[in-house]
Amino acid sequence: MKISRADVERVAELAYLDLSEAELEMYRAQIDEILEYIGKLNELDTASVEPMAQVLADDQTADATLREDVVVPCGVAAEILEQAPDPEPPYFRVPKVIER
Amino acid sequence: MTAAWTIDAVRGSLAAKKVSAQELAADFYKRIGERNSELNAYLTLSEERAYRQAARMDALVAAGKPLPSLAGVPIAIKDVISTRGVRTTCGSKILENYVPPYDATAVERLEAAGAVILGKTNCDEFAMGSSNENSAYGAVRNPEATDRVPGGSSGGSAAAVAAGLAVASLGTDTGGSIRQPGSFCGIPAMMGSYGRVSRYGLIAFASSLDRIGPFATNTRDVAAILGVIAGRDSNDSTSTTAPVPDYRAAMEKPVKGLVVGIPKEYFAEGMDDGVRKKIEAGIELLKKLGCELREIQMAHTDYAIATYYIIATAEASSNLARYDGVRYGLRVEDDSLLAMYRKTRGAGFGAEVKRRIVLGTYVLSAGYYNAYYLKGQKVRALIAQDFRDAFRKVDVLVTPTSPVPPFRLGERTNDPLQMYLADIYTVTGSLAGVPGISVPCGKICGKLPVGLQIFGPAFGEATVLQLAHAFEQAGGGSL
Repeated sequence: MKISRADVERVAELAYLDLSEAELEMYRAQIDEILEYIGKLNELDTASVEPMAQVLADDQTADATLREDVVVPCGVAAEILEQAPDPEPPYFRVPKVIER
Repeated sequence: MTAAWTIDAVRGSLAAKKVSAQELAADFYKRIGERNSELNAYLTLSEERAYRQAARMDALVAAGKPLPSLAGVPIAIKDVISTRGVRTTCGSKILENYVPPYDATAVERLEAAGAVILGKTNCDEFAMGSSNENSAYGAVRNPEATDRVPGGSSGGSAAAVAAGLAVASLGTDTGGSIRQPGSFCGIPAMMGSYGRVSRYGLIAFASSLDRIGPFATNTRDVAAILGVIAGRDSNDSTSTTAPVPDYRAAMEKPVKGLVVGIPKEYFAEGMDDGVRKKIEAGIELLKKLGCELREIQMAHTDYAIATYYIIATAEASSNLARYDGVRYGLRVEDDSLLAMYRKTRGAGFGAEVKRRIVLGTYVLSAGYYNAYYLKGQKVRALIAQDFRDAFRKVDVLVTPTSPVPPFRLGERTNDPLQMYLADIYTVTGSLAGVPGISVPCGKICGKLPVGLQIFGPAFGEATVLQLAHAFEQAGGGSL
């Protein structure tokens, strides 16, 4: 077994995701099967391989193509706040933050 | 009016005053009204915006002014791509009432070129799926065989074009989500190279893999749409400064002597016999067209699914952290902030999205990062190297798009790993960042469409389109 029920509970906690009892068990079994399959990557010796985070050529990476950092008018604050579940312009209101 | 509108036919009819852009939009909305309750391809219609734009095009015609390249062309947009003032749900309950305050760059460029945006198309929730059955708003039916799935995740965009409910559409492709539904619905569908089209306004699933690209009824229209949306955008630092060629002109070049690589790993066991026969016939046709076929090896193909489902889920778990019930979307109230987060996300996300968040968080978590995420990034480098090595020997690669034809609704929903494994031919090119197209390659028993996939080297879109066009013109679609 690659992943335990406690692992799934821990991960759900990290991801702030409420899962029901049935979901915990279903995901544990399904993800266990997926991780078992992913284990085939260990057939490959990658000790000397550089990890690849993105595919662009060096002269096209984000660092190489950053635009000038200038302030441009945006003016959508009111529209953005309209989308909020509980806005109190110019703020987003959230439940009281208590210690975990 | 027939179902076979093309971009040129629309522009020509507008210029000749045979039809107005507003009449054309009305005609498409009428057809949508007739077919959509069955197909479920559209989630939201943007009629006000469409008619406003159509009126602008009609005014240009009336004034005798030159028409832009997509003047009056009715286009559908996948519902993961932001449209100002038009609801954008990502196929998720968590964004059920979300109305973006800005347009994606691709949408802005389409409208600037005269296109009429008809509405937003159904998709798997946050583009996670290969059958469109993961939409919170119900599955889409395949217009070619309505007991079958249209493919996913851009199933609505594919079905809309295949059913004549749009002249073209935009989808997004992270591991095959443009090419596979294009294959299943029997139409050409393309993703450009990573960096070719701006992702600004594309609601993120896996940022190092996500790409926007077109569906149309023919390859020339695919080329026209790609040409409009491609190119540098200062709002996406990963959109490249590489110049955008005239794809329509480039694709007319003859393909005689083009070296076509056939990677043998894509023809191993696991492929449906009906698909295999059509693809073999497709390869024969390429030979008749004067292409030089060369069998090659791509040694790490068999590791692509495992690699993809590590990287895509890891990036998804990070990207989807933004849905917290604070700034937009669903909120499930609770007295404490953290409980509000948990309940909102637990209630707002569907089963496949939760599965991928759990897997993605796990592969990134302390103690497992090296074994999974770092390992996945290293194998990704090997897969990308396979492609670079191949393109030193051949001009393009030809493979099946999917190992299976469109399957029945509900047939594969109980086994996520089996569903993932069917993405084998598409995820490789996603990981490598190269451009790919799926073009129609006949139908099994005259009913179930098969797609032939063509990969080119990074920024080799013109060569990919050139071969796809020649294949289409030579009758590849009716093999």
